[in-house]
Amino acid sequence: MSAEFEPNVVAFLCNWCSYAGADLAGTSRTHYPPNLNVIRVMCSGRVNPLFVVNALQQGADGVLVSGCHPGDCHYMEGNFYARRRFTLLRELLEYVGVEPGRFNMSWVSASEGAKWKDVVGEVTQKAKEAGPFKQFRRDKINW
Amino acid sequence: MNNKPKIGVYVCHCGINIAKTVDVEAVTEFASRLPNVKVVRNYAYMCSDPGQLLIREDIEKEGLNRVVVASCSPRMHENTFRKTLAAAGLNPYYLEMANIREQCSWVHEDRDEATAKAKKLVYAAVVKARLLEPLYEKEVDVEPASLVIGGGIAGIQAALDIANAGFKVYLVEKTPSVGGRMSQLDKTFPTLDCSACILTPKMVDVANHPNIELLAYSRVEEISGYVGNFAVKVRKRARYVDVDKCTGCGICAQECRLAGRIPSEFDMNMGKRAAVYLPFPQAVPAKYTIDPERCLFLTRGKCGKSPKCADACASGAINFEQQDEIVEFKVGTVIVATGFDTFDPARKPEYGYSDYANVLTGLELERLVSASGPTGGAVVLGEGENAFVPKDIAFIKCVGSRDKSVGNEYCSRVCCMYTAKLAHLVQEKVPGANVRVYYMDVRAFGKGFEEFYDRVRREGIRYIRGNPSEIFKRGDKLVIKVEDTLAATPLEDEVDMVVLAVGLEPRKDAREIIDILRLSQSADRFYLEAHPKLAPVDTATDGVFLAGCAQGPKDIPDTVAQAKGAASSALVLLSSGKVKIQAQISFVNENTCRGCGYCVEICPYGAIDLVAVNRMGNPVQVARVNEALCKGCGACAAACFSGSVQQKSFMDRQILPQIAVLGVMK
Repeated sequence: MSAEFEPNVVAFLCNWCSYAGADLAGTSRTHYPPNLNVIRVMCSGRVNPLFVVNALQQGADGVLVSGCHPGDCHYMEGNFYARRRFTLLRELLEYVGVEPGRFNMSWVSASEGAKWKDVVGEVTQKAKEAGPFKQFRRDKINW
Repeated sequence: MNNKPKIGVYVCHCGINIAKTVDVEAVTEFASRLPNVKVVRNYAYMCSDPGQLLIREDIEKEGLNRVVVASCSPRMHENTFRKTLAAAGLNPYYLEMANIREQCSWVHEDRDEATAKAKKLVYAAVVKARLLEPLYEKEVDVEPASLVIGGGIAGIQAALDIANAGFKVYLVEKTPSVGGRMSQLDKTFPTLDCSACILTPKMVDVANHPNIELLAYSRVEEISGYVGNFAVKVRKRARYVDVDKCTGCGICAQECRLAGRIPSEFDMNMGKRAAVYLPFPQAVPAKYTIDPERCLFLTRGKCGKSPKCADACASGAINFEQQDEIVEFKVGTVIVATGFDTFDPARKPEYGYSDYANVLTGLELERLVSASGPTGGAVVLGEGENAFVPKDIAFIKCVGSRDKSVGNEYCSRVCCMYTAKLAHLVQEKVPGANVRVYYMDVRAFGKGFEEFYDRVRREGIRYIRGNPSEIFKRGDKLVIKVEDTLAATPLEDEVDMVVLAVGLEPRKDAREIIDILRLSQSADRFYLEAHPKLAPVDTATDGVFLAGCAQGPKDIPDTVAQAKGAASSALVLLSSGKVKIQAQISFVNENTCRGCGYCVEICPYGAIDLVAVNRMGNPVQVARVNEALCKGCGACAAACFSGSVQQKSFMDRQILPQIAVLGVMK
C-alpha cells in the first residue's frame, strides 16, 4: 500500500469509560492521528455487531469498539456481552477474509487518556497496513 | 408541522481552544450546506449566557426544532444546552453535540486535518439530529421509608439520621443485638474514648426511636423493585423467647444446663455463655435468645425432665414453639451497612495462630483488656494453674493486609492505630511490660493519629521495622524470627504473647447482599461505590447507598461520616418525594416482538418481562420494559434479533446514518 493512504476508522465508545478516557486524552493535550471518528453509545453492550459490519460496508477501513475494563462496566455486565459478541464477530470476519487488523476491541477507563492515545495510534496503524477496504463496500450512502 | 427538521448548528470557538486548530468559519460554511440545516452560527463561547441566548432566540424566531452544538464534550455541557432548549420551549432531547474540542482540536495539530475532522463530526451530528425524537423524563413517587441493613455503628448512625428527619426506618440486624464490631472494642483510638460509653446511648436511641423499627436477629431475604419503590422481605428468626414477655432478667441463662459451656462469639470465643443468652450486657434489644444450634431441648428434643430456662422464667417468655416470621414492607431507599470480617490468621500459618494459644488477634486482645471481657479486663493468658501475665509482648502489623500472597493488596487503615492503642492499653495494664511492634510502615494519617503514635513511642513502646517470617516455640517462649530492616540485623525475639494486627476483609456472606441488590464488588471485593471520588456512598443501583466498612476498610469517624453521607443521600430522595427516571431508556415495538425473551435474559437490571398480549386475536408473548428499572445501557437493543427492542436516542436508525457519514466521508 502506498504511504499516503489515510484510513478511515469508525469507533464506538461507551459513555462512561472510553468516551471519558478519550475526553481526558484531549484535556491532557495528547496528540494522535485524526483518522478515527467516534460514535458515542451509553455502553459497549449497545453495539450491535451489525454496526461493525455496517461501518465496513459504508466505507470504513477499520472499526474499534471500546468499553470499560471487564468488571468495571457502569451497567455491570454490558462489556461482558460486548466481549463475547465481538470475539465471535472477529472470528467471523477473519473467516470471511477480512484482515484481522481492521476490527479492534479495547478497554479504556475514564482515567486512561494516555492509553486512548496509544489505542488510536495502534488502530490507525493497523488499518493503514491493511489498506483501503473494498470487500463489503456499498456504492452509495444508504440510510 | 414540527415533523420536518429545522436544524440550527452552533459552532463554538471556545476562545482559542477550538478556533486555534479548527477553522471555525469553514466548519460553519460547511454546515450551512447540510440537509435540513436552517441556521448556522459560530460564537466565542456557546456555553456563555449570550451564546445560549443565540440558540434560544433562533428557536423562538426561526422555529428551529433541532439543535446541534459543536463544541466541547457532551459530558461537559450536554446538560447546559438541554436546559437552553427547554428554556426556549423545545424538548431538551432535540439536542445533539459534536465534540470538536476534547476529541478534535485538543488532540490534533494540523489545522487542515482538524478542520476536516470537525466537519465530519458536525455532519454526523446533523444526520443524527434529524432523527431525534422528543423524550420525557418521568417521575415516580418515593415511598417515605428507608431500609438499613446492618446494625453496627454505620447502620445505627444512618438509621438515626433518617429517623430524626421524620422518615420511617427499618433497621435489620442479623445478630440478636445491634452494636456491631464497635461494641466489642474496649477503647477507641486516638482519644481512648470508652467505646461502649459512646456507642450504647446510640443503641438505646435506635430501640426507642418512634420512627425506627428494629428487626434484630433478622435477615433480608429479598428486595425487588426500583428506586423509590423497593419491596422488602425480611425473615425474623425465632428467638424461642417472647420478646414482649422477656424482661431481660437473665435467670434463664443462669439456670441453663449449658451455662458457662458455650464459647461466646462476642468475646471472640474466649468467654463462655449459656444456650440462652444475651450477647453482651448492654445488648439492644435487651432480650434473650435461645441458640437453636446449642440448646439441648431444640437439638435433642429433651433437656432433663423439663427445660430449666422455661421453669425459671417468671414471665413465661420461653416459647419453644416459636416460628420464623416473614415481615414484608416497602421502602424508597436502601442503605447497606453490613460491615466487615477480620482476617483469619490461620491463613498465615507461619504465625502459628492455630498452633499456639499465646498468639492472639487484635480483636481477641481487645476483649481481654475490656472490663466487660472474659477476664474482667486483666491481661491474663491461660487458665487455672497455668494462668500467667505476659511480660514480653510483640505486635505484628499488616497481617492479611498489603499482602498479595493472601489476595489482599489493600491497606486496612485501622490496624496501625489499633495496634498503637492496644500497645498503650497493655502497657498500662501490665506493669513492667516490654512491648514492641513489628511493622512495615506506620500510617498515622487521621486527625490526632500522628500525635497518638508519637505518644505511645514516648511511653516506651518500641517500633521495629521488619516483617516477621516465622513464629515458633522454644521452651515457654514464642520466638519471632524477623529482620530489623533499618539495622539490617536478623533477630530472634523471645516473647510471651504475640498479637496479630489482622486486617479487615469483606464479609464471608457478602455475596448474599450482592445477589439480593445486584451490587458490584471492587477489586478488593468490598462493595463498589458508583464513583470512587464523586459518588462514594452511591451504588450503580439508584436508591441504594453504602455506609461503613462494607464499602472498604475505615475507622469509626470515617464510618460515621460515610453513614451520615448515605443518610443524607437517602434523604434527598425521601424528602423530595419524587424521583426522575432516565429518559434514554429502552422500549419495545410490540407489533414486531416475537417474544423470544433474549432481552429478558440479557438485561442486567431485570427491567424486561415477557407479558401476554392479544395480537390480532392471537394470544402472544411480547417483551415489555419496566421504565423505572431500565438504566438505558442498550444491551437489549444490541441483542434483539428483530430490532424490536430499541434504546431511545440510540436507536439503530439514529446510529446507522452516523456510521454512514463517518465511514464514507474522507
